[in-house]
Amino acid sequence: MSSRPNSIFSAPRWLIIGVVVMVLLAFAPPIIEALDQAFWLDVFTRMLILSIAAASLNLILGFGGMVSFGHAAFLGIGAYAVGIPAYYDEYSGFLHILLAVACAALYALITGAISLRTKGVHFIMITMAFGQMMFYGFVSLEEYGGDDGLIIYERSNFGDLIDMYDDTTFYYVCLVSLAVVLFIVHRLVNSRFGMVVKGSKSNERRMGALGFPTYRYRLTAYVISGAICGYAGALLGNFTEFISPEMMDWTRSGELIFMVVLGGTATIFGPVYGVLAFLVIEEILSAITTYWHLIFGLLLVLVVLFVQGGIAGLLRRWFSKKKEAV
Amino acid sequence: MDASLVITQLLNGMQLGVLLFLVCAGLTLVFGIMDFINLAHGSFYMIGAYMCGTVTMITDSFLIGVLLGIPLTLAVGYLTELTVVRRLYQRDHLDHVLATFGLILIFDTGVHLIWGAGGMAIPLPQWLDSQIRPAEDIVIPTYRVAIIVVGLAVAGGLYYVVTKTRVGMLIRAGASNRTMVEALGVDIKKLFTLVFAAGAAIAGVAGMMISPITEASIGMGNEIIIVAFVVIIIGGIGSIKGAFVGALIVGLIDTLGRSYLDQFLKLFMGAENAETAAPAISAMLVYILMAIVLAVRPQGLFPPKVR
Repeated sequence: MSSRPNSIFSAPRWLIIGVVVMVLLAFAPPIIEALDQAFWLDVFTRMLILSIAAASLNLILGFGGMVSFGHAAFLGIGAYAVGIPAYYDEYSGFLHILLAVACAALYALITGAISLRTKGVHFIMITMAFGQMMFYGFVSLEEYGGDDGLIIYERSNFGDLIDMYDDTTFYYVCLVSLAVVLFIVHRLVNSRFGMVVKGSKSNERRMGALGFPTYRYRLTAYVISGAICGYAGALLGNFTEFISPEMMDWTRSGELIFMVVLGGTATIFGPVYGVLAFLVIEEILSAITTYWHLIFGLLLVLVVLFVQGGIAGLLRRWFSKKKEAV
Repeated sequence: MDASLVITQLLNGMQLGVLLFLVCAGLTLVFGIMDFINLAHGSFYMIGAYMCGTVTMITDSFLIGVLLGIPLTLAVGYLTELTVVRRLYQRDHLDHVLATFGLILIFDTGVHLIWGAGGMAIPLPQWLDSQIRPAEDIVIPTYRVAIIVVGLAVAGGLYYVVTKTRVGMLIRAGASNRTMVEALGVDIKKLFTLVFAAGAAIAGVAGMMISPITEASIGMGNEIIIVAFVVIIIGGIGSIKGAFVGALIVGLIDTLGRSYLDQFLKLFMGAENAETAAPAISAMLVYILMAIVLAVRPQGLFPPKVR
C-alpha cells in the first residue's frame, strides 16, 4: 500500500492496466493463429503457468515478507502428482489436481512449521535447503526415472469436460486458472486474514502484542501459497509431458523470485508482468547468444541495484507523473 | 562391515567435512559482520578450482597452481566486493539473494566463456599420488590425508587469527556490535572487504583441493553452497566454531549415511524395501538433520553471542 495521498485514486489504475493485460492475453490464441506462430502459443502457455506459481510466491514473499527460496519444489511436487499416477496408468485429471494440491499443501505444512520458527536469512536458507532436499530425494527415486526424469505419456483426463490435448483449450484453462488465482490472492490480501499477514511482515511483535497468533497466520499463508503452486505444477506437468528433478533445482526457485521482484512485489498483477518480461527477455537473449545467462545475470544485478518496485512500480510512477503533468 | 572400509569412509567423511568448513568459513564470517548473505560464495569455490587448474597446466606444477590460485581467487573476491556487494549492505536480504543469484549466473557463464562447457581435469602430482598402508589390509590414498591436513591447518590458522590477533578482535567486535566498532574509529568497510576477499580465497582453496579428485566443473559451486548453508544453519549463523563442528557432522553423516544406511534400515524392514528407501533417505539425511536441529534449537548449535 502506498502512503501517497492519491493512492485511493490510483488504486483502480493498476486494476485497469491489469485487466487490459488479461483481456489482451485472452485474445492471444486467435492472433497467434492468424500470424501462424504456433511456437508463441507455447511460450504464452508457459508464461500463464509460471504466473500462477509466481502469484503464489508473491502471496507470501510480497505480502507476507517470507522469502521462500524453495518454491520450485512445489512446482515439482505438483508435476510429479501428475506423473506418478500416470506411471501407474491413472489418468483422472480430478485425482491429479487433488493429489497435486494436497501433497503440496502437506509438504508446505511440514516444512513451513519448521521454517517459520525462524526469520530473515535463516528462513531463506532453510526453505532453500528443504527445496534441495526434495530435489535430491527425487533424484534418488530410481523407480520414477531418478535423474533422467519421467515422461508423462498421457495428459490428465477430464472426460468430456476439457480436452487437455487441444492447445487452445489448454491455454484457456491456464488463463482462467490464473484469473481465479489472482482473484483469490486479491481477496485474501484484503481480508482480515491478509491484514494480519501483512501486519506480521511490517511488525510481527506488534501483531503478536495485539493478540494475533502470527505464527499460525503465517503458516496458513505459507500452506495456501504452496497449494496454489502445486496446482501450477500439475498444469506444468501436463504442459511439458515430462518431469525431472531439474524442475525443482534451487536455481529455478531463484528464477521464480526474480520474476516476482521484476514484476513488483506485493502487487496483484506484478507476477504476471514479471513472468512476461522474464520469458520475453529469455527468448530474445537466447536467440542472440548462447552466453545469454551472462547478460541475464548482469540485468538481474542492475535491476536489484537500480530498479525499485519492479515493473508495477515503474508503471505506477509513470502514470502518477503523467497525472501531475495534467 | 570390514575395518578398512569403515576407516576409508570415515576419512571420506572427514575430507568432505573440512572442505565444507573451508567454504563455510567465509560465508559465516561475512554474514556475522555485515549481515550479508552471499549465494555466489560457491562460485569462488569453482573459480579457485579453475584458476588453480589453469596455472597447473601452464607451469606443470600443482603446488604453484595452488600458491598462485589463492591470490587470483582473492582478487576476484576483492573485485566482486568492490563493484557489487558493497552497494548492497544497506539493502534487505531479498536484494542480497537476488543480486548474488545474478552474480552466480555471471560467474558460471563467465567460466563457460573462458574455459568452455566441459570440466577441467587436473592431474595429481606424483608425490601426492601414492598410498599409505598403516596396517595389512588398510589402504589410504595420501592425497585424502593431505586434504584433511591442509583443511585442519587452515581451520587452525583461522582460529588463531580470529581469537589471537588484532584483526580477529575487530572481526569479533564487528560481529557483535558494528556501530560501536565504527564509532571507535575502525574503518569497518575496509575490514569487510578484507574478510570478504579472504573468505573467497579460502573457499577457493577448497575448490583447488577437490579438483584433482572430481575435476573442475561449472556446477560445482552451486552444489556445495546449499550444503554449506545447511552447515551454518546447524552450527549457528555467524559462528566459526559452529561452522567447524557443523561441517564435520554434516560431512560424516552424509558419507556414512550413503554407505551404511541400507544396512541400518535392514534391521527394521525387509531387505528389498531397505534397498529402495536407503538411497532416497540418505540423499535427504543432512536436510532431515537440519530440520531436527532447527526444531530443537532454531538458532543453531553454537549461536554467536550478542546478536
